[in-house]
Parts: sequence; structure tokens; C-alpha cells
Amino acid sequence: MGEIAIRVEKIGKKYRIGKREKYKTLRDALAATFTAPFQKAGRLLRGVGADPGELDQTIWALQDISFEVKRGEVVGIIGGNGAGKSTLLKILSRITEPTVGFAEIHGRVGSLLEVGTGFHPELTGRENIYLNGAILGMKRADIDRQFDEIVAFSEVERFIDTPVKHYSSGMYLRLAFAVAAHLEPEILLVDEVLAVGDAGFQKKCLGKMGSVAKEGRTVLFVSHNLGAITQLCGTAVQMEKGRLKRVGPSIAVVTAYLSSSFGTEVKSSWSNESLESNHAEVQFKSVRLLSIDEQPLSIVNFNESLLIEIAYDVKIPMRDLSVIFHVYDSMNNIVFESLDTDMPERRGCIIDPGLYLATAKIPPYLLKPGRYYLSFDSFVEGVKLIERLEGALTFDVSEVGCTLHPNRNGIVSPVLDWKVCRSNNNGQMA
Amino acid sequence: MEESVQVIRIEPSKGWVALQLKELWAYRELLYFLVWRDVKVRYKQTALGAAWAIIQPVFTMIVFSLFFGRLGKIPSDGLPYPLFSFAALVPWTYFSHGLSQASNSLVGSANLIKKVYFPRLSIPIASVASGLIDFALAFLVLLGMMLYYGIFPGIQLIWLPLLLLLTLITSLGVSLWLSALNVHFRDVRQMIPFLTQLWLFATPIAYPSSLLSEPWRTLYSINPMVGVVEGFRWALLGTDTAPGPMIIVSSLAAVAILVSGTFYFRRLEKTFADVV
Repeated sequence: MGEIAIRVEKIGKKYRIGKREKYKTLRDALAATFTAPFQKAGRLLRGVGADPGELDQTIWALQDISFEVKRGEVVGIIGGNGAGKSTLLKILSRITEPTVGFAEIHGRVGSLLEVGTGFHPELTGRENIYLNGAILGMKRADIDRQFDEIVAFSEVERFIDTPVKHYSSGMYLRLAFAVAAHLEPEILLVDEVLAVGDAGFQKKCLGKMGSVAKEGRTVLFVSHNLGAITQLCGTAVQMEKGRLKRVGPSIAVVTAYLSSSFGTEVKSSWSNESLESNHAEVQFKSVRLLSIDEQPLSIVNFNESLLIEIAYDVKIPMRDLSVIFHVYDSMNNIVFESLDTDMPERRGCIIDPGLYLATAKIPPYLLKPGRYYLSFDSFVEGVKLIERLEGALTFDVSEVGCTLHPNRNGIVSPVLDWKVCRSNNNGQMA
Repeated sequence: MEESVQVIRIEPSKGWVALQLKELWAYRELLYFLVWRDVKVRYKQTALGAAWAIIQPVFTMIVFSLFFGRLGKIPSDGLPYPLFSFAALVPWTYFSHGLSQASNSLVGSANLIKKVYFPRLSIPIASVASGLIDFALAFLVLLGMMLYYGIFPGIQLIWLPLLLLLTLITSLGVSLWLSALNVHFRDVRQMIPFLTQLWLFATPIAYPSSLLSEPWRTLYSINPMVGVVEGFRWALLGTDTAPGPMIIVSSLAAVAILVSGTFYFRRLEKTFADVV
């Protein structure tokens, strides 16, 4: 162990954007060849195609990427959209070339950048298994050997000899993933393929990915599903705008990523001038977290209440206005949400212009110890969203006062009243 | 315990790129599946299916026989005109179909190119190879016609496999150029019908090459299909014109096109995934 599976050294990828489509017809290119000196013809033969003098803009989709992956490591790659995750995977899969830098891959690579690549609608499920398997790099003998397992995993046995164009999208996905899941390369590169399908299917895919990881293969896994990343990957890499932001143990990297994309302010407040004018009707002024005796806090004990105070300004008379907050945990799951119009007396009334202060109390003995994030919305019921504040506040629930059983499952951990007494032989309570 | 592990180095390529034919061979199963897919899909979809392979050359032959053979009274090297033109149409149809399929093959497989790695040469090769089934069917019809006219091949028949190879080389060579160009210049595909039309008349299908006088005749076989077509006719039907120098010139031209096409394709290959 300890051998390198993948080494990436200062890889960068540049794309031309903008007016590169100027000579997209051969006719134009040929005409230009005749009207301009031979340099144009030279460029054509060199495989550049368009006239580079006309190209205004280039963009570096990846810059200065260097890291190493050891044999058997499972590495997650996270980051916002456009961070360059898929581009990196494409380069490592040899689909596109880096502009600078190099990478070394030790071992056979299987890339799963999309499920169902090459599936043809006219062919049957059986035929597509062979076709797709061959496209992904499986040898025919391997496909033969695993054919029954693939079909069983996909749960489409009855329809395996029907043309795939008759499949539902769920069946299609299951079959496509079943083939891909039985790739047996030494190094597996996976891009976001768990983002599709229903919950049951996603669970199955995660399970399969987990067992692939346990078999000692090296895996690079790009995903937005941060829960899956922390579950499957020991190490994670965060990318931002084409660069590596962070590398380290997956839980640490995911937590850091979440806290940087959500605010870490205990109190956030906005003044009149800084907000855009499209929140003309209602504007949030500030949101705060307070203890039961109205002191600002960022950490609340498990056995204490938490007050959420929202100050907002109503500019014009509003009907059916609601203010809501959402609580998210560190895995980006939504724990619960609550609105002021849960209180019946707040429904169906007209709210006059003015400054308002809303306070909601989160009871103790509910949220599991950990970190939570809050978002706020103001909206008109059934009509429109007025303003949204994402990740405005962060708070921690500490373990003080927590007498729960350790390793608690579930998103919330309410402490309920249990009564236990002995029953007599007839099964009745004594 | 330590098996040798293949190490792949990924870095920007500059200039002309190695052909990597070994890798192409390693991916031969994929090539087989691509051909299998093309053939299966073609025959599943159309009601005419197999008949389509025959209809085009047969109808062209009929039209040619009527207008060039009978009305135009074009000579046919001592053979019945229909047989004369059909023997040329069989390899020609294979070539022209190969061109139109292959020219769009890369663009048509854009989803594969953007998501999976495999030697991209496999795609035009698969296009050209999948036409062989149609060729075989048309060839059977040709044999049937030879039987009907009572013309049997002499010893020259042994040249036939080599001529078939020449057809493949020509088809593949031109296809590589066109498919690579088509990725960058999408109007290439639209130029194909025009190109094939001209090429048809530049090839001795409707007329014999013996119409041309000597230095011109050898020069004109720079069009590799000249060698293919006249060679086919000679090998199968025994025309008077033994096409020695023509075949040599055609073969050289075909190989030149293939080699240059392969290098050009490989050079452009790195841009495919980004542009297609």
C-alpha cells in the first residue's frame, strides 16, 4: 500500500470562448484561404480551424491543480457549479487534453461520466448491456460472466429482451447503472451519476459504490450529495473556480465547504441601502439568535430553548404575508421549517406598513448536538416569494444536558416520555 | 506479487501525434460492437432492410443502361452494358455509402466522444466496416448477373481480395479526412452528395477508361476508385484492358490518402471532445 494511483501535476485547461465560431463552414474557410496569404491554410492544416486573431476570450477552467491519490483511496471532489470538477474528471479520463501540466495514472481506468452512454433505443436491454459494457471498456468475456448479476441488479429481467425505447426512464436508469456498477477497473472515476433516479434507486447505487470502495479500488467521486461524500470517501477535495481550495479528511472539508457557503455570522443585519429594490414590499432588516433570556448566542445547549428573532420592514399593506425559516443540518438535510402563519391568528389578516419583530422559540430536547444553518424567506401564500436569505445564520447545539443514547440516528432527536411497567401473565398492565 | 501496472501519462500533445495502432487493436472488441450496432439498427428499422443494399446499385444500373448504354451508345469494353456498369457500381456504392456514413460519424457519436475514452479512429473505421454487409449482398446480385449473361471469371479472380482491400483503403482514407473535417466545419457533410456526384463521373463507371488515351489514362488513375473499378471489372469479367499501371497509381494514391488521413485525424483528435 502507499503506491500512487493517480498523480496530477499543475494541470490547467484553457477554453476559447466567444467568437470562435467565425469560420464554421469549410466554404468560408476556403474562401479566406484564397483571399488571404498561405498562413490561413497553414493554420487549417495544423488543426486550429478558426482564425485565432478573432478570438477574444479564453477561460481557464482549471488552474494549477496538483494532488496525489494513493492506491485504494476513495476521494470525493466537491465544489459549486463551474468549479471545474467535471473538467478534471474528463482530463483524467482522457476525453480532453490538459493545456498545461500532466497527470500519471497507474492502472486501468474506468470512467463513469454518464449512465447509459451509447444506449441505442432500437436495441433490446440485453443488446444494450453488451454495447454499453463494451463502450465502457469491459471485455465481452467479463460481460458474459457478470450478465446475470447485472440483470438482477437492474430489476428489469422481464423486459430484458424488449427494445429499450419502451422502457420507463426509471428502468432505463437502473439498467444503465447496473452495467456501469459492474465495471471492474483498478481506478474508477465517477461524475455525479447518483443525481438521478428515485430515492430507492439512489440508495441502491450508494450501496454498490460503497462495496466497490471496500474492494480496494481507487475511486474519484464527484458529487453534490455531501452526505454520500462523507459516507463513502475518506478524503475530499474542494474545488472553486478551477482551483483546489481544500484537501483533507472528507468530514473536515465538507464542513468547511458548508460553513463557507453558508454564513457563520451569529447576527446578520442589513441596512436599508444595501438591498436591491426588488424587495420593495417587505425587507428583512436583521435576524438574530437569542437565548431564553434574550442574550445573543451562537451555541445553545441541548436542554435549552433557542429564540429566533427576525426584524423586517413592511412597506405597503400586505395580505397573506408569511415569514418562514428553514433549519438545515451539516449534511444539508432540511430538519424542519416553521412559519409565522402556523399560528391561526396570523392568517388571513392584512398587515399594515411598519417595522415588525417576529420571535419564534425552538424547544429544547429536539435538535441533535451538531451544527445547523438557517435560511429565511418572506412570501405571499400561493402567490410569490418576496425575499430569500440563504444560510443567514449558523448555530451549534452542544451536548450539555444531553442524556441521549450515543450514535443516535435520525435528523431530530426528541426526548419522549416513556412509561415502562411490568405486565401480568395476561398481557395486561399491572 | 507485483504485476506490471500500465502507466498512462496524460499531457498536452504538440504537433503530429503517434498513431497508436496497438491501442486501436486493444479496443477491437468495441469496434466489433460498434459495427454490430450499426448493422443491427439499420436492418431493424427499415422494412426494406437488406433490399436497400441492392436497390440503389440496381436502379442506377438500369438508368445508366438506358441512357448511357442504349441511347448514348457508350462502348462497354466488349461486355453487355448492364453487367459492365453493375460490376463497377458494386464497389462504387460501397465507397459512396461509406463516405456519407463516415463523414457524419464523429458528430453523430458526439455523446460517446464527450463521455467515454476510446481510440476515436474506431468510429470512422466502424462506419466503413459496417458497409461490408451491403457490399456482400450487392456482390451476390452481381454473381447472379454474371450467371445470367454466362460470363465466368478467369484466373484474374485471385486479384479480387486485393482489390477489395484497395476499396477499403480508399474508403477509409477519404472517410478519415472527411469525418475529422466535419467536426470543425459542419458544412462538409452537406458537400458530400455534390462530391460523390462529381466523383462518380470522374470514375469509369458509366464509361470505360479505354476511352482515354495513354498518358491521360494513367494520370487519371490518381483517383483511386479508377483502379478499384477497372480492377474489379477485369478480375471478374475479364475485360480486354489489363489495368496494370492504373492499379499501381491508384494504390499509391489510396495509401497516400489513408496515411495522411490517419495522421491528420490523430492530430485533430484532441479537439474533438471540445468542439463536437
